[in-house]
Amino acid sequence: MLCLIVDDSSVVRKVVRRILEEMDIDCAEAADGQQAFESCQNTMPDVIMLDWNMPVMNGMEFMCKLRAHPTPTQPKVIFCTTENDTDHIQAALAAGADEYIMKPFDSDIIRSKFEQIGLL
Amino acid sequence: MLTADFDIYKDLLKTESGIIITPDKAYLLDSRLTPVARRWGHEDLDAMAAALRGAPDKRLVKEIVEAMTTNETSFFRDTRPFNLFKHAVLPYITQQRQNTRRLKIWCAACSSGQEPYSLSMILKEEAEKHGVFQTDILGTDISEDILEQARTAIYSQFEVQRGLPIQLLMKYFEQTDKKWQLKNDIRKMVRYRYFNLLDSMTMLGTFDIIFCRNVLIYFDEATKRDILGRMSKCLAPDGVLYLGGAETVLGVTDAFKPITGVRGLYAHADSEIALTVSEQADAKSAFMP
Ligand SMILES: C[S@@+](CC[C@H](N)C(=O)[O-])C[C@H]1O[C@@H](n2cnc3c(N)ncnc32)[C@H](O)[C@@H]1O
Repeated sequence: MLCLIVDDSSVVRKVVRRILEEMDIDCAEAADGQQAFESCQNTMPDVIMLDWNMPVMNGMEFMCKLRAHPTPTQPKVIFCTTENDTDHIQAALAAGADEYIMKPFDSDIIRSKFEQIGLL
Repeated sequence: MLTADFDIYKDLLKTESGIIITPDKAYLLDSRLTPVARRWGHEDLDAMAAALRGAPDKRLVKEIVEAMTTNETSFFRDTRPFNLFKHAVLPYITQQRQNTRRLKIWCAACSSGQEPYSLSMILKEEAEKHGVFQTDILGTDISEDILEQARTAIYSQFEVQRGLPIQLLMKYFEQTDKKWQLKNDIRKMVRYRYFNLLDSMTMLGTFDIIFCRNVLIYFDEATKRDILGRMSKCLAPDGVLYLGGAETVLGVTDAFKPITGVRGLYAHADSEIALTVSEQADAKSAFMP
């Protein structure tokens, strides 16, 4: 299983990568939505861990672009962000997110969310 | 700590709650009881042990027991028991209760409420499928503090992200600052009361389903046997008992037997219950709303 970690903080990417690699999941990284979209065009991941606020292209814009993109299989998208209010969460789900992690998170939460959407 | 003092705590916990503390867990006494000792004006655990000899203050004893309970829990804990509940146990029991249209469930060591509330969310989601049923969920625990938390049903961001699908968080919770509170209609489906599993269960009535998960592990064999024996008298003849993943009745009591093909679920020894377990019901991961 390949997970694309999209976050403008290299520290967050590293933390998420470490947790996922413990779970035997391969990881790729992108620092904004634009990079993420390019990465998807090269290799479509199985799941995307997606920050909301990022320069160049934010997480929501990226996901909408991805969801509109014709591809044989759409990856699962798990938002992982400090936007922790109901309005943001509802908007993300309505736009096609599968799960939503409110930062700060820990490995239990990531595992639980991956299980939730049937990845583990 | 002196052996004599360790024994004071060990004996007190065993008689008051059934909880077993072995010498290798002595560090738990230190970390959990030192704050209690301070609150009661004792310098350390040895000083408090002295106060426990003779006729100790009942409130102190209660505080010690509460401090030594492990309240670890989560929504839809272990997932599979709840998938089974939704897809196998609930269809079975509602079929059995077509005449009375009443359903009584007991969560016998409910901690901060995640277990009974997981059940009320499922019951709410499934209500249409099974028609009008009068449901009664009783949550009991030995810790008054944890019961108070269960009643308020306010959970931290961490707690609502373990086991709970985001869709259910959106549907059944309200955000208050950094916390999340269950909405009133789900909350009021559960009644809470203090109950020590060592006490007589005759006043509790009869239940269709009993959840007794992740609590027997703290007790010795004799206590487990005694509790399960008394519990069998509170379970309807065609009822279902849930135990935790590391618990079983095998080799402990003859009052219950495992339900064929369904790990973790038990029935009366003479019950003829057969559950239909679909792939969905048996799903290990992902509780699907
Ligand atoms: C680990 S929690 C289990 C919670 C929940 N059933 C679950 O599986 O997630 C164990 C609970 O058992 C309670 N407990 C311990 N001894 C008890 C006793 N003698 N009577 C009633 N409850 C007890 C503790 O207070 C604690 O909340």
